[in-house]
Amino acid sequence: MNKKNIIKALLPLIIFLSLVILLYNGLGKNTRLLPSALINKPVPEFSVPSLMNGQTINNDSLIGQMYLLNVWASWCPNCRVEHPMITEFARQKIIPVYGLNYKDENAAANQWLNQFGNPYKDILVDIEGLVGIDFGVYGAPETFLIDAKGIIRHKIVGELNPQNLKNEILPLIEKYK
Amino acid sequence: MLAEIGQYTLAFGMMVSLLLSLCPLYGYYTKNEKIMQTARPLAYLQLIFMLVSFLILVTLFIIQDFSVTYVWQNSNSILPIRYRVSATWGAHEGSMLLWLTIQALWTGLVAFYSKSLSSDKIARVLAILGMVSLGFAAFVFFMSNPFLRTIPMPFDGNDLNPLLQDFGLIVHPPILYMGYVGLSVPFAISIAALLGGNIDENWIRWTRPWTNAAWACLTLGIVLGSWWAYYELGWGGWWFWDPVENASFLPWLAAVGLIHVQAVSERRNAFRGWTVLLAIIAFSLSVLGTFLVRSGVLTSVHAFASDPSRGVFVLSLLAIYAGGAFFLYALRANKLKSQTEFELSSRETLLLVNSIIFITVCFMVLLGTLFPLIFEAMGKKISVGPPYFGSMFFMMMVPMAIFLPIGVLYKWRKDKMKRVIKLLIPAFVIALVLTAISYWFFGGLNLKATLGVFAAFWLLISGFNSIRQQKTLTRGLWGMQLAHFGVAVFLFGVSMTEHTDFEIDALMHPNEVKIVKGYSVEFKGVENKQIENYNAFIGHFVVTQDGQQVATMNPQKRIYPRQGNPMTEAAIDAGFTRDLYISLGEQINDKGGWAVRVYIKPFIRWMWGGGILMMLGGLLASTDKRFFRHAKRLKQQNIENYLA
Repeated sequence: MNKKNIIKALLPLIIFLSLVILLYNGLGKNTRLLPSALINKPVPEFSVPSLMNGQTINNDSLIGQMYLLNVWASWCPNCRVEHPMITEFARQKIIPVYGLNYKDENAAANQWLNQFGNPYKDILVDIEGLVGIDFGVYGAPETFLIDAKGIIRHKIVGELNPQNLKNEILPLIEKYK
Repeated sequence: MLAEIGQYTLAFGMMVSLLLSLCPLYGYYTKNEKIMQTARPLAYLQLIFMLVSFLILVTLFIIQDFSVTYVWQNSNSILPIRYRVSATWGAHEGSMLLWLTIQALWTGLVAFYSKSLSSDKIARVLAILGMVSLGFAAFVFFMSNPFLRTIPMPFDGNDLNPLLQDFGLIVHPPILYMGYVGLSVPFAISIAALLGGNIDENWIRWTRPWTNAAWACLTLGIVLGSWWAYYELGWGGWWFWDPVENASFLPWLAAVGLIHVQAVSERRNAFRGWTVLLAIIAFSLSVLGTFLVRSGVLTSVHAFASDPSRGVFVLSLLAIYAGGAFFLYALRANKLKSQTEFELSSRETLLLVNSIIFITVCFMVLLGTLFPLIFEAMGKKISVGPPYFGSMFFMMMVPMAIFLPIGVLYKWRKDKMKRVIKLLIPAFVIALVLTAISYWFFGGLNLKATLGVFAAFWLLISGFNSIRQQKTLTRGLWGMQLAHFGVAVFLFGVSMTEHTDFEIDALMHPNEVKIVKGYSVEFKGVENKQIENYNAFIGHFVVTQDGQQVATMNPQKRIYPRQGNPMTEAAIDAGFTRDLYISLGEQINDKGGWAVRVYIKPFIRWMWGGGILMMLGGLLASTDKRFFRHAKRLKQQNIENYLA
């Protein structure tokens, strides 16, 4: 048996074993609770157009207020699920909510907003998903809590709901006010 | 009392699985014919125990024994009887018992329809299937036992998730599982062949109908799931690239590759190792799918109850089955060396390319599904979503659609590309013309849709062309053509639905009329009614076109009292060339104003129709005479051998 044949025969096993190790690592970790590496770090630098008026928004222009940054896309079913929650939160005017429209098309995003309503103070457009990568976005929806100094204080992976709003977001808003 | 009997039957079934995985193999290695022959009776016995245990669980739901934990969690006293039955597989424990029962059913079928296989072969095959059953039986019994009791008994049940109180959910899981589990048959045959150290074309011929049948079930299961998501989730989407959906799509893709490679290895002594490997991959992906869905490593919109300790168990099963199989493959693969020579320009090569395309897509989908985990392990984070899957899938399907008609016309062993292309020129031209006509007719299509429509016509016309040229058409060939027509119909449906659909979102007051793409939709108002186990707001709409009434439509907003969440029940007027889809949003004001969403979904039925054609093609091909002719001869041979 030559070397090439041995490798060919063993390859599936090797690929499979790495997969098993990977899956085993992923087990038991609640992906929704994983802390972001960016917690208590400043917001990454970005400079992107606004979906609402086309003007450029950058990380500095948002400093001076505490806000929620909600990552959403029109292709994301769970974003529709959480949308009423975001709307209700924005209506209470505790802190403003900004949107990060992630890997989406502007036309689709606008149609989506027309359909479900626009709770956002402004929306960052991230067609390529590059801002998302800097923020360590895992998938839509995700929500970041960012304080007045531009420091990321919390991240929720998955949809915002009454529980994580009450138990995680609201106490932190009090704390960092 | 009944629950305990169910528990015992399950335990006995598990014991039988244990015997089934040991005895025939022991007989095989000690060359003891008598012991080898225990395989079939044990397979039947296993089926009886599993089936009884499953039927007992169904009975517990029907008689509403709320002392059983699983029953009260997923049913309640006002649940209609049809949903009480389907609630049996409405949550984790019961659906795993269903899985196990179907596993036993396939094993029983293999035992029954394998008279043509020599006893040492069938002993190995059934023993492997027994091992698979054993693993899942242990999983059900120890990790997700549906027969456990709650004391004291709750007064009433928790109700079945309203999303699942639906016809789609009665039929979708059993058929999908038929497909998932059915792939364990080619898997077991491959492992048995590896154990024996050789695989000949009779084996592969015998495997083909099983692979086709399992794949056909999987196809139908996926179609049903997509259809359910479309009408039940209420926003007109039909595929979300969700981990759970991917879990069913992965083995499907691998099985497509397997079916095409088997076509080669059955007739020609080629790709034997690759056939075995694909069979292993296909079933491993079924188990992997279960793991992804049940363990909670990935979050999903389907949000099944997840539990890490169950995850460890299923992962161990996966490691044992697939790991063992790949290990065996590593040991024996070089024995399966193929001998036949064939030219690079031949049908063999094209079928190999086909399987490579499908396994690549499969790998890409797997990668996309696992990306979050992979990057997590590397300490980084990245995300993928439908944009990734959509563009990747499109890129891979273009070469598939281009090569398909060429592959169908290519000859075995050696052929000239020139000859085939010459044959296909008329089809190409006609397809171009038809695409141009559609482009004009539908008032312009975007690039993706144009390509998709062209591919559909290209497959359709060239398919007719090749049917005309065949001298004799066996069922196998008819099946192939039918399945390929299914691909054409599917591509057409997807292109039209995805790129020319139309939706409006409006606030409507009673007797208000909206014009949507030539349809006038009149809102008559909303009434409130108590139906079966829920309270419904029923909207009344009358749709007319050119003064002719097209449909009256009644979308609903339902409240299930026990769980409290509102459910949107869309009204769909299904049609051959379009679906009208109305869903009722929120009540906006006290003047009877409601938020209403109206969609026009052109040709969406064609997509599922294409899937159904593929399924029928797969089934038809598996009834080809040559599978049975050969089986008969082998049976005769076995009898002669026995007498001699």
